[in-house]
Amino acid sequence: MRELQTKIFTGSRTLTYPNFWDIVALSTLLAALVLVAWGAKQMAVPYHVGQTLPLSLDPHYLPRYALFTFLRMSVALLFSLLFTFVFATWAAKSRRAEQIIIPCIDIFQSLPVIAILSITIVGFIKLFPGSLLGPECAAVFAIFTSQVWNMALSFYQSLCTVPKELKEAAKMFHLSAWQRFWRIEVPFATPGLLWNMMMSMSASWFFLTVSESVTVADQTITLPGLGSYIALAIKHADLHAVGYVILAMLVVILIYDQLLFRPLIHWAEKFRVESESSGETSFSLFNFILHKTRLMQYVGLLWEKTSDLFVNVRFLRQSPESSARAIKKKRESFLSQCLWKIFVGLLLAGSLGVLAWFIFTTLSLSIFFHAVVLGAITGLRVLTVLIVSSLIWVPVGVWIGLRPRVAEKAQPIVQLLASFPANLLFPIVVSLIVRFHLNVEIWVTPLMILGTQWYILFNVIAGASAIPKDLKQAVDNFGLKGWLWWRKLILPAIFPYYVTGAITAAGGAWNTSIVAEVASWGDTTLRATGLGAYITKYAQQGNFPFIVLGMSVMCFYVLILNRFVWRRLYLLAMRRYSLTL
Amino acid sequence: MLESRPIIVDLQSINKSFKKAEHQELLVLDNVNFKLHEGEIVALLGKSGSGKSTLLRIIAGLIPPTAGRVFYRNKPVKGPVYGMAMVFQNFALLPWLSVLENVEIGLEALGIPKDERRARALHAIDIIGLDGFESAYPKELSGGMRQRVGFARALVINPDVLLMDEPFSALDVLTADNLRTDLLDLWQDKKTNTNGIIFVTHNIEEAVFLADRIVIFDSDPGTVMADLKVNLEHPRNDQDVPYRKIVDEIYGLMLSLPHAKKGIAGIRFKHIDLAYRLPDVNISELSGLIEMIGSPEYEGRVGLAELAEALHLNIDDLFPLIELAEIFRFSQIVEGEVELTLAGKLFADSDILERKKMFARHLIKYIPFAKRIRWVLDERPGHRASKERFLAELEDFLSEDEAERVLKVIIEWGRYAEIFAYDDKAGMLSLENP
Repeated sequence: MRELQTKIFTGSRTLTYPNFWDIVALSTLLAALVLVAWGAKQMAVPYHVGQTLPLSLDPHYLPRYALFTFLRMSVALLFSLLFTFVFATWAAKSRRAEQIIIPCIDIFQSLPVIAILSITIVGFIKLFPGSLLGPECAAVFAIFTSQVWNMALSFYQSLCTVPKELKEAAKMFHLSAWQRFWRIEVPFATPGLLWNMMMSMSASWFFLTVSESVTVADQTITLPGLGSYIALAIKHADLHAVGYVILAMLVVILIYDQLLFRPLIHWAEKFRVESESSGETSFSLFNFILHKTRLMQYVGLLWEKTSDLFVNVRFLRQSPESSARAIKKKRESFLSQCLWKIFVGLLLAGSLGVLAWFIFTTLSLSIFFHAVVLGAITGLRVLTVLIVSSLIWVPVGVWIGLRPRVAEKAQPIVQLLASFPANLLFPIVVSLIVRFHLNVEIWVTPLMILGTQWYILFNVIAGASAIPKDLKQAVDNFGLKGWLWWRKLILPAIFPYYVTGAITAAGGAWNTSIVAEVASWGDTTLRATGLGAYITKYAQQGNFPFIVLGMSVMCFYVLILNRFVWRRLYLLAMRRYSLTL
Repeated sequence: MLESRPIIVDLQSINKSFKKAEHQELLVLDNVNFKLHEGEIVALLGKSGSGKSTLLRIIAGLIPPTAGRVFYRNKPVKGPVYGMAMVFQNFALLPWLSVLENVEIGLEALGIPKDERRARALHAIDIIGLDGFESAYPKELSGGMRQRVGFARALVINPDVLLMDEPFSALDVLTADNLRTDLLDLWQDKKTNTNGIIFVTHNIEEAVFLADRIVIFDSDPGTVMADLKVNLEHPRNDQDVPYRKIVDEIYGLMLSLPHAKKGIAGIRFKHIDLAYRLPDVNISELSGLIEMIGSPEYEGRVGLAELAEALHLNIDDLFPLIELAEIFRFSQIVEGEVELTLAGKLFADSDILERKKMFARHLIKYIPFAKRIRWVLDERPGHRASKERFLAELEDFLSEDEAERVLKVIIEWGRYAEIFAYDDKAGMLSLENP
């Protein structure tokens, strides 16, 4: 019977009329188009500042909110990609652009989303007066800032490591810059970019509640979406609503996974050298439908043709003259070098001056020191949670990493957990603190690491699974056990990976402090002392100078720690503990 | 007869130097003149560091020469030349494109319409023997098959000149043989429109097997040392007497040169100074070599080509070994053959500990910088000195990277010979016994 079914099934593919999967594909496609159009229309309705948007905890509204959030995230992701392609490429191609762009990205990465949001919102509202598009753009921008930086950095790093022979081959066969970009650079960077895109999605989920509530001129505009739904549920202390929204989130995450990431991973797996084909490749419904349907095969063919036209556009093709120009030695004159140095110097002095003027004319020195002290307190928290979570996750990660089967299953689960917004755990934490009269200063701390501890786990798993088999066997052979086994084999072997994870986790923890140091559930709001709470407080008031001060101080701490602690550890790890000899 | 044919590529007094540090230039090619005539296959043969790959890239227009002029068909070369195609040592295939798409890439860049592109690529795949692999990705292919894709990609654009950068060196012996023969067949049956081939190699046998003309390079800086014609009919048999004669001649030429340059007649040993770039040689390899020459099979004397074949070493691995054995006075070159000295014979017959002692004695005696290190450590009150100190000293003569490499080599030898100790963490050399 089963055989017969498959026969009919495959048989139908030879006929000319559409098959079952065609109907599935077509209807899904059209429905998606309708939804996108409708959602976009809803987002562009007239709006004036001061008006409150209706928001309900009724679960029937959830699909609608999920659609809004989905659209915002998609638009933000699109812009993140665009930004990445333009600026990371620019930085990789021009030494001067590199000197400016890369440090800027480094700094932006350490800025909390909320601070960026409260600074840019006014501009967006002015851009689209009388329309909801203004606040919508601000929200999309906030999501964008939580996604873009690591993507750009990863792309930049990939571009810098394109093998020399490939570059030479491209030149030798006269590929134009445009063709080189799409045929060589983008595919080469894809595996790294893909991984960072997934991380970015997790990060944007995490800050969704912040991104979807925009504060301007003492007024909070709450845009309908899953993030604001979470915020409302917390405000009303509604546990059912929290349950519903988690479900809705899972669905959206799954849709992203199936529609975007799986197909891309599928494609990247074809040429990934490292992947020791782990048996089954990830299943992707998208690819399944693509292969099963006639219609979609046409779509695939069409895609192939358009992408071919796109990559080989006539006017972007290399002319013989431009190839000749490419080789000419670019030797800069002494004058232009000097001018450049003067320009950079002026830029630095000028911006520092503006910053200092702004902070000190509006604020006093004592306020400044207050912020620095608060920064130190938050720093102490970051350090504590880092130590505690390392003590927990290193053994767990090693356990998982040494068992390939478990690791394969654990990876997607951990990724899902990583995108879980910390706010959803507020109910538990706040009620525990209130019930047992715990010290707020200490017990909000775990919230900080909630989102970022996974980076440690991820990397430790990766490190432990990368330990060569013969090394493990050799150590077993000599009978190393217990603490000695940890000290001589495991810890040194995972150290480079651990450092990478810890850097990300620490950076993230700083950022998360704006959410974690102010925990609320229903009418109870717990505030801890710290820079995060400080920034959140003034961001909610829309107090511009204080936001800038808080942001600068946080930035300062993160950059100093990166430079003097993390970077050194990283170099040490690469030098002494790298397993590639 | 080949000289009368039209000239395709003409290099006139090419110099190339790279910046090694601020205001310091490293000369890699010195006054190189070269012509490629129609119908020729030319091999550029030399040790690593002789600048032969750099020269190939200058011909291709990938990098500009520092001085001198490059002409292709009487026109000056200013950038990657239309009409040349290159085959790379490590294939340089795009892993995300299928075999067919990889072969198409050059045509794509030329703006050839899709249908024509496909047809030409399929034809090229066909003649290079890749039928059935059109849709495969490079990672599914073996090394030999990958290089076939590299050839198809180059040949599909109908290049006037085919450039090859050590195209067979990443392949195993049998695959390389097979691919070389196939290439020759294509060339002789005129299945391509290619009018000349230039290839870079460090494999003497390969050069003699393929080329009509062999240009031999000397290193540091790269200069043309000899330009040999190979007037043998294809297919060539590597056991024929004339073939062997040419191979032996080239071995002799390439090894004898340093003495000739120094002009010291009679003295066959190599004297070196502080600035000498010590070759990167493993001591166990050196011991193995001397042991082998001293074995009953060779009785202390063996021809270079024979030795290369017995050890399965190409010249880049073999020459430094022989050079070092010579510097250490363990062997000498006599009429194109390696002969053990008395010390060498003694070394071959010793046990590990005695060898170590001998090695230490010769190290201090014949490697000036090793002697220098030992002397400094002896003089110092604490018998300790930092690595940086010696590095700075070497950098007076050598580029930064080269100084680093040479010091590393000396430290390794010194540690083995126990003439000094080294602590990597602290970067300190000392006389204390760890």
